Amino acid sequence: MDLIEIKDLSVSYKIGYKNIKILDNLKLNIKKGEYVCIVGSNGSGKSTLLKAILGLVPYSSGLISINCKKSKISYLPQNSDILIDFPATVSEIILSGTQNTESIFPFYKKRDKLLADDAIKRAGVDSLVKRRFGELSGGQQQRVLFARAICKKPEILILDEPCTGLDPEISNSFYALLNKLNKETHTTILMVSHDIDSVKKYATKVIEINKKIMFYGTTREWLKMKTDG
Amino acid sequence: MVKNENGWLSYMSINEIIEILSYPFMARAIIVGILISLCASLLGVILVLKNYSLIGHGLSDVGFASISIAVACGFSPIYLSTPIVILASFVIMYISQSKKINGDIAIGIFSTGSLALGVIVTAISNGLNMDVYAYMFGSILSMNNTDVFMSIILSAVVLTLFILFYNRLFIVTIDESFAKSIGINIQFYQFLISLLTALTVVIGIRMMGTLLISSLIIFSAFIAKKFVRSFKSLMFLSATISILCFLIGVLVSLLLNIPTGASIVIVNIIVLIISFIISKISDSISLCKN
Repeated sequence: MDLIEIKDLSVSYKIGYKNIKILDNLKLNIKKGEYVCIVGSNGSGKSTLLKAILGLVPYSSGLISINCKKSKISYLPQNSDILIDFPATVSEIILSGTQNTESIFPFYKKRDKLLADDAIKRAGVDSLVKRRFGELSGGQQQRVLFARAICKKPEILILDEPCTGLDPEISNSFYALLNKLNKETHTTILMVSHDIDSVKKYATKVIEINKKIMFYGTTREWLKMKTDG
Repeated sequence: MVKNENGWLSYMSINEIIEILSYPFMARAIIVGILISLCASLLGVILVLKNYSLIGHGLSDVGFASISIAVACGFSPIYLSTPIVILASFVIMYISQSKKINGDIAIGIFSTGSLALGVIVTAISNGLNMDVYAYMFGSILSMNNTDVFMSIILSAVVLTLFILFYNRLFIVTIDESFAKSIGINIQFYQFLISLLTALTVVIGIRMMGTLLISSLIIFSAFIAKKFVRSFKSLMFLSATISILCFLIGVLVSLLLNIPTGASIVIVNIIVLIISFIISKISDSISLCKN
């Protein structure tokens, strides 16, 4: 059984009286421990696919089955919704990543604090924990949100263009961090990316979509297809 | 100001104030006032950060309508306004959820509609009598035992729910899409926030009046936001500012013999201005250092 199985997935939005199809009959299987990149032009439905998997947008037909607990899926959004002037420290934000829906009253336990500490070390944000989130640089903020996303030790980590607006050096170190997580903990990575270099370097599989799946296979095959034209 | 035996207007002396403070009605007012300030300031943090701050104002107008109906029918307003304001808060939240109608429009419709209803009911029954006037601008010193009892119960409910769900409210406030992605039922918490706002408005109306209650929700959180790093310290600072402004406001209202609710609002505004100046100065100092 694969970790994520998607059958005949279609997503459409209703704008006025018009039905606009964003995704059309997608079929995908993703195995545990894979590092999968989704590529495609703007408006091709990449982000919508992620959101459908996360349950953030409803789908009109098809089936998405994810064979792990809902609480083992984590998400790092494209542009964080966190307002710059929101007063919250880095440690408050990272600790909030340990919350799950299994307990009704969400008090943090000692175990949660240890998980958060571990995530802080992995993301290399030890020196930032007491700072206010809004005063950090874009790259630092991204690392903090990465720490929040990994602190419950997810089986699947879903990322939506995590490096938009970051300079190449910081992006590269972020991708290296992600790769390390994938190799060390076998966390399945599913990421929308525009950064072709990092896709070439780290991804095991590539999905190219434009409403439908244009290509799904190993990175090597994808590169071969690209060079062959 | 009070008139002394010679007919001169004079301010109250310190001794007179101490004497007034020792009356039971004053002790009741202070206890209830502190509780309301606490509830409103904690909730205010969430409402201000989520841009929901006008909900309080809309609900207080709904409160006005329900109070004028209760006064016209001759029973205690708090029993009627509690369910009606809670219901209205759910409807406003429900309408705001739909993408077709903006939240501001929902609030605008509700508040003007309720005001119109309230004014008609008041005019048909007794006209704008002292009871209704007292509910519009607050009359903390005339609270009876029922008011005090209900205020204590309702604030206990608000504070308990707030503490139980504190961490969830944090994550829902700071990043809704992340909260949703980990399976948190956003709608439940939006309705919880509306319920807490409704309760706070209902208990606050007696003290601040329907026209002024939303100030309790907005000011302290807005002032505190500039000075803190963490969400927790924002809560503490907001609560402290709110309670201090309440106490100073009550004292000022006794000293100058002006309405308490209005006096609390003015104290809040003065603190807001001072805080603005302080943050400007500290900004320019840190600029100079760099």
